[in-house]
Amino acid sequence: MPAPSSLVPPQQFLAKQVRWHPLEIVFWIATLLPFYFFPSYLSLASQIAIAALFALSLDLILGYAGIVSLGHAAFFGVGAYAAGLFSKFVWGEPFSGLIVAAVLAGVVGYATSFIIAKFRHLTLIMLTLGIGLLLLEGANSASWLTGGADGLQGIDIWPLFNTFDFDLWGYTAYTYSLIALFVIFVATRRLIHSPFGLSLRGIRENSVRMPAIGAPSEAHIRKVYTISAVMAGIAGALIAQTTSTVSLESLSFERSADVLVMVVLGGAGRLYGGIVGSIIFLVARDQFSGINPQYWLFWIGLLLVLVVMFLPNGILGGLARIKLFQRGKA
Amino acid sequence: MSALALSTRNLDKSFGSLVVAKSIEINLPAGERYALIGPNGAGKTTLINLITGMLRPDAGRILLGDEDITTLAPHERVKRGLVRTFQINTLFPQLTALEAVTLAVCERRGEAADWWQNLPSYRDAIEEAYGILVSLRLGDDCERPTHELAYGQQRLLEIALALATKPKVLLLDEPAAGVPHEESGELFEAIANLSQEISVLFIEHDMNIVFRFASRILVMVSGAILVDGTPAEIAADQRVREVYLGSAHHG
Amino acid sequence: MGPFVAVLFDGFAYGMLLFLISVGLSVTLGMMNFVNLAHGAFAMLGAYVTVTLMNSFGWPFLATLPLAFIVAGVVSVGFEQTLFRPLYRASDLDQVLLTIGLVFMAVAAVSYVFGTESQPIHIPDYLRGFITVGSANFAVYRIFLVVVALLVSVLLIAGLEYTRFGAQIRAAVDNQRMARGLGIDVNRIFAYTFALGSGLAGLGGALAIEVVGLDHSFALIYLIVMLIIVSVGGLGSISGSFVAAIVIGISDTAGKYYFPYLGAFLIYLVMIAVLLWRPAGLFGKR
Repeated sequence: MPAPSSLVPPQQFLAKQVRWHPLEIVFWIATLLPFYFFPSYLSLASQIAIAALFALSLDLILGYAGIVSLGHAAFFGVGAYAAGLFSKFVWGEPFSGLIVAAVLAGVVGYATSFIIAKFRHLTLIMLTLGIGLLLLEGANSASWLTGGADGLQGIDIWPLFNTFDFDLWGYTAYTYSLIALFVIFVATRRLIHSPFGLSLRGIRENSVRMPAIGAPSEAHIRKVYTISAVMAGIAGALIAQTTSTVSLESLSFERSADVLVMVVLGGAGRLYGGIVGSIIFLVARDQFSGINPQYWLFWIGLLLVLVVMFLPNGILGGLARIKLFQRGKA
Repeated sequence: MSALALSTRNLDKSFGSLVVAKSIEINLPAGERYALIGPNGAGKTTLINLITGMLRPDAGRILLGDEDITTLAPHERVKRGLVRTFQINTLFPQLTALEAVTLAVCERRGEAADWWQNLPSYRDAIEEAYGILVSLRLGDDCERPTHELAYGQQRLLEIALALATKPKVLLLDEPAAGVPHEESGELFEAIANLSQEISVLFIEHDMNIVFRFASRILVMVSGAILVDGTPAEIAADQRVREVYLGSAHHG
Repeated sequence: MGPFVAVLFDGFAYGMLLFLISVGLSVTLGMMNFVNLAHGAFAMLGAYVTVTLMNSFGWPFLATLPLAFIVAGVVSVGFEQTLFRPLYRASDLDQVLLTIGLVFMAVAAVSYVFGTESQPIHIPDYLRGFITVGSANFAVYRIFLVVVALLVSVLLIAGLEYTRFGAQIRAAVDNQRMARGLGIDVNRIFAYTFALGSGLAGLGGALAIEVVGLDHSFALIYLIVMLIIVSVGGLGSISGSFVAAIVIGISDTAGKYYFPYLGAFLIYLVMIAVLLWRPAGLFGKR
């Protein structure tokens, strides 16, 4: 005979997991610190916010749906070039450029999602890699449009609201990027905690079981992949607009690999993993930028090896384990 | 309206020269409980895979009621009420039992594509999921991650996931597999309590379950149905004895 | 007609080279499902062995080849036993990350030791020059490549078909669980196969210097080509790798010759097209 349940009612249990944790509020307030304490680093802060957004987009498909992509920079680059070209040929108003980039990246993402959703394992990895490389080659070849190896010329971004210039000090850049990051983050957080988010975790946890409970996995994957592409495209557009430069690097394998490192470093599937990872990655890279780039590559490689062997759930995962361990001791 | 909940006609499947299904014909009337038994490697799980669409047959038809579902995708069949459980626990390790069953309920209700509202606001789905878990004695542990549950509880969760889809035809693949005798009582109860509106075909090696619940038994050997009949007929059948029950009569 | 035949032959020779470098990856992927992106690093290792022996110690080219093979093979087993083995059951992502990390470290280490410039070697005179047949010129070195690769292929296939070790490899690739059940020590088989595959990659790397050049980014650039060949050919299939390497080699060479505007486009398109048609590769398990 089961004892009367002293548990929190089920609906409340789920609600508890969804509420904003005080640490989260602290974190977001802390993102305002650079304005007051590190004003000379605002450009870097802007880059970090953009990288965090890009990492968040990858985490959505990697950490939540289990799709390993070695070519996510494709959407970042599409967004960057879209925003750059839009400012060059139409007009330089930033918000509309952002929307154009988001839509274009979304279309490319939607188109490729039909391929992506049908495969797993090595085939899937190779397809993401191949699509990314294809786009890179395409951009390289279409140098009449993209500027090729020289980068896109003639980008002209208007000041925000016609008053705030994207200057080298970075106040506008960081404000712009941070707000974009926060807004999209809140939307992503809702998505993660929605029934759709639950189904994504289901796909990650056991993709075989999903169709067996009536889940249209392929449709779910197409949807999240498209959303992720839109987010990555926005990140790319932000870089184009805040730095007025777009180069082939935004579509490169290096960028796809870097964002993967950031997500894994912070911890995939933990919402804040990409953000934490990009902060650490970019701050470290900035600190070590004086040193020979080969050393940097070596340490990143070593970091990856160590993370896989000792910290498989990234830094956030490691912290969570410590917390569990301490709670167990108490 | 057909009286048959599930039927297959001439189902064939081979992997190269290995024949795993040969002209399989099954007729499961609505509301009945049939058992599918046979030695290991007879092709019983393969048959389930064929019926549910995880494997494509080389020839033959599968009918759910009056509808030909042979070409439907697996999740489409589930939406029409054809559901299976897995012989080896195929669960969501990091999801709590509550989340897992709620997921299945949401998928059924078409709410799993909603991405704007928080999950806790879907009270009906959560209540329903909790209800299923309670009926299977998993209510107290529903907030623990699946991988922390005892093996017997995980087998019950397998069934819970299936029930969440409101099946019309339920294919149970060795529900008692690996469950020690002490824990199998709850499993027995779960199967006994299955609604009469659900038609059940279950694979089992545990003869206690088979003889207690099945109104008819199908014996499968080397990819083909050897014989089918009432439990009494099967128990007395010499061929079955030789092939299966003969040397191994531990129930 | 002349240039077409020459392009075809060059593509074929290039494909043979790619086959040597990639075949090991295909077999180990098929056998253990271990995504080893560090395979390119072993090819690079073999190449640098040859460069060092020739330029610093004055060894003749042909003599360095067996050593490139052996060093790459032995070093790879060291990694297999220590780092890779614990990860056979790990997720795709973990394997990808670990092995990519190793590639990064290898590339960085190489550029630290050897610098980032291209490493030239002087192949012996008897391997230089051209043989002219009709209106087509065939580079002697490429003929040499083809001969070596075909010799290796024959030895491989004969070894697989006619030796007990070969039979064990085939069993382990086909059905690992059953192979273990039959008493085959799959782990030992895998270690030897891994060494063999990496050794071949090292040999291929050494042979590649003259054809594609060598610098610190070799491991990464050719990693991508290797992965394409393995996916297109089908995991675990030697004939698959052979066919895929030829297809990719010819596509790439012909593409660059006839459609320079397309550049590297062609091989990515070929790969995507093949994978869409046959996700497990041309000769992969379905």
